[in-house]
Amino acid sequence: MSTWVLLTITGLGLGAMYFLIASGLSLIYGLMGVLNFAHGAFITVGAYASWYAQGKLDGIGSIPLRFLAAALVGLAVGGAIAILTELVLIRPLYQRHIEQVLVTVGLGLALTALVAGIWTQTQQVYLTPMWLTETTSVFGASIPNDRFVEIGAAVVVLVGILAFFRFTRYGLIVRAGVENRAMVMALGIDVRKAFTLVFLLGGLAAALAGILSGVYYGGIDPARGTHLLIYAFIVVVIGGLGSIVGSAAAAVIVGLMQQYANYYASSGVGDIAVVLLLAAVLLVRPGGLSGAVAAH
Amino acid sequence: MLSLFVPLVVFGLLALVPQLSVDVPRLFDGPLDTPGTLQILALCLLFGGVAMSYDLLFGYTGLLSFGHALYFALGVYLTAIGLSKWEWSLARTLLVVALIGLIAPLVLGTISLRVGGIAFAMVTLAFAQAGTVIVAKNPDGLTGAEEGVFLNVDPLPEFFVGVFNMKNLYWLALGYAAAVFFIVRWATDSSPGRVWQAIRENELRVQVLGLRPFSYKLMAFVLASFLATAGGVVYAILIGGATPEVASPNLTLSLLIMVVLGGAGLRWGALLGGILYTFLDQRLPALAGSEQVQDLPSIFRTPLSEPLFVLGTLFILLVFFLPGGIAGIGRRGRRRGLRLLDEAVRPEGARGGVVDEAEAQA
Repeated sequence: MSTWVLLTITGLGLGAMYFLIASGLSLIYGLMGVLNFAHGAFITVGAYASWYAQGKLDGIGSIPLRFLAAALVGLAVGGAIAILTELVLIRPLYQRHIEQVLVTVGLGLALTALVAGIWTQTQQVYLTPMWLTETTSVFGASIPNDRFVEIGAAVVVLVGILAFFRFTRYGLIVRAGVENRAMVMALGIDVRKAFTLVFLLGGLAAALAGILSGVYYGGIDPARGTHLLIYAFIVVVIGGLGSIVGSAAAAVIVGLMQQYANYYASSGVGDIAVVLLLAAVLLVRPGGLSGAVAAH
Repeated sequence: MLSLFVPLVVFGLLALVPQLSVDVPRLFDGPLDTPGTLQILALCLLFGGVAMSYDLLFGYTGLLSFGHALYFALGVYLTAIGLSKWEWSLARTLLVVALIGLIAPLVLGTISLRVGGIAFAMVTLAFAQAGTVIVAKNPDGLTGAEEGVFLNVDPLPEFFVGVFNMKNLYWLALGYAAAVFFIVRWATDSSPGRVWQAIRENELRVQVLGLRPFSYKLMAFVLASFLATAGGVVYAILIGGATPEVASPNLTLSLLIMVVLGGAGLRWGALLGGILYTFLDQRLPALAGSEQVQDLPSIFRTPLSEPLFVLGTLFILLVFFLPGGIAGIGRRGRRRGLRLLDEAVRPEGARGGVVDEAEAQA
């Protein structure tokens, strides 16, 4: 029982990170038709920026405060990189989707290689407040506290995005743009601001995922972003391209499945099981859980 | 006749390279006929061939696959495992590799081709990731995890073994590249090949004409994957084993860069791109170690010593300023290729319409 609780909460924590990455990917794809391969680099850059800031902010004595300040730096850098990517690389190539994908592939490779070149491939120890690595007892299982933070962050982001969509004008434009971009533009709305906005949101969420992954794994390395990105892709396809709620549901399923199978079968089986799940979903429902069909 | 003449002359001239004892300063460390230089050249030709197989999917059929490296890795690992761990004969190994090299893409292609466009890209990536995980997990000690598998050379014919026979290995790689070149050429000129190109340009129209795009796409997928698997066999023999890098998602991205670098959907494009990319990938670390670079301040030196940073940046510039690739230089209107591919992956809601045209004019 206690093992099962631990696995479940850890799986949810993993799913939370997948969701943070997948939500941005899904929004960007839904609105702009761009599969953002540089998203993995946003994760890595966000994580490294906060780690670098942790080292430089040693004037702040209290570890939790320093962690939070550094996390803010990481978020700011992640958001800035995302906006720059959109403005400099994606915007000039509007409507040329293949070229946009290719450019993000190049950027993803280049940024990751740059980070590896500066700080080497080896894992760097990530400074985390004591409280996050301590455990809390839930139904007899000792759960590391960071799992709750990851789940909480994902829930806040999910609720935040949904509220933003429902109650703000920009949210409305993004939602309408995902449904039918041509129509939004025909109504005389400059949908391009929404593009930048969606990239910013995606970049922030990715950087947040990067920071949380530093806590979750106890360290950061340049390849982590790309690794997480692949599972986020799986989550996006299973959830249905362009659907936030679908991504959330799929992230929970994928995170849990990976944890259960890796524990009860053997390590690595969970990763394969997730791919098999993807294959099964495609055979039964090519449009993913939410059914917004991206297939022809 | 002339169109057959040019490739034959080119491959014929390439076959003479191991006989030349010419020193090429800066580009290579030793003369052309030294084993080190020949191995780099053989790798270039080999990846030129694999890139051509990828071009069959991406450039000719408009299928943006992110899992092509899986089939290459399949060839590399099956050959190494068959010869070294199961101690099969060469003929038996090749037969099994050929069979699996056909069945695997048939099954996986059937599943992943259920979705189109970007979703197809993501699904192929997921399958490739499963391959990476299996290799890293090292089932029954077969794949050797990070260490990979050393090739047992006993079953190989003697002329492929050892450093002194490097020129034979070079010819093997050249033979592979030439074979892929002629097969791709023959396939794209055949009548299914025309349907592939029609699918790239407008899949809906192909459907309206009463053809099933799915079967044609599957055909292209299986052929391209099989050619990549064959490339994997050559790679295993050339390198003398298998390493986990060949199963990494980065390899597919590299193939994509090679094809775009050379020019997608153009006869010589992928071959040129594959050769140039592999050459840069192999030689950039050595160039970065040269004195001129070492004297630079670290802000320039660090990025320059990361081949993937240089290649990634080069790739971005290329997409912006030379979208037709190297083979597209001097051909006006060759942006067409990529633009047609765009249409293939465009999301439903965004296709065509007055607004898109208005935006294109703006």
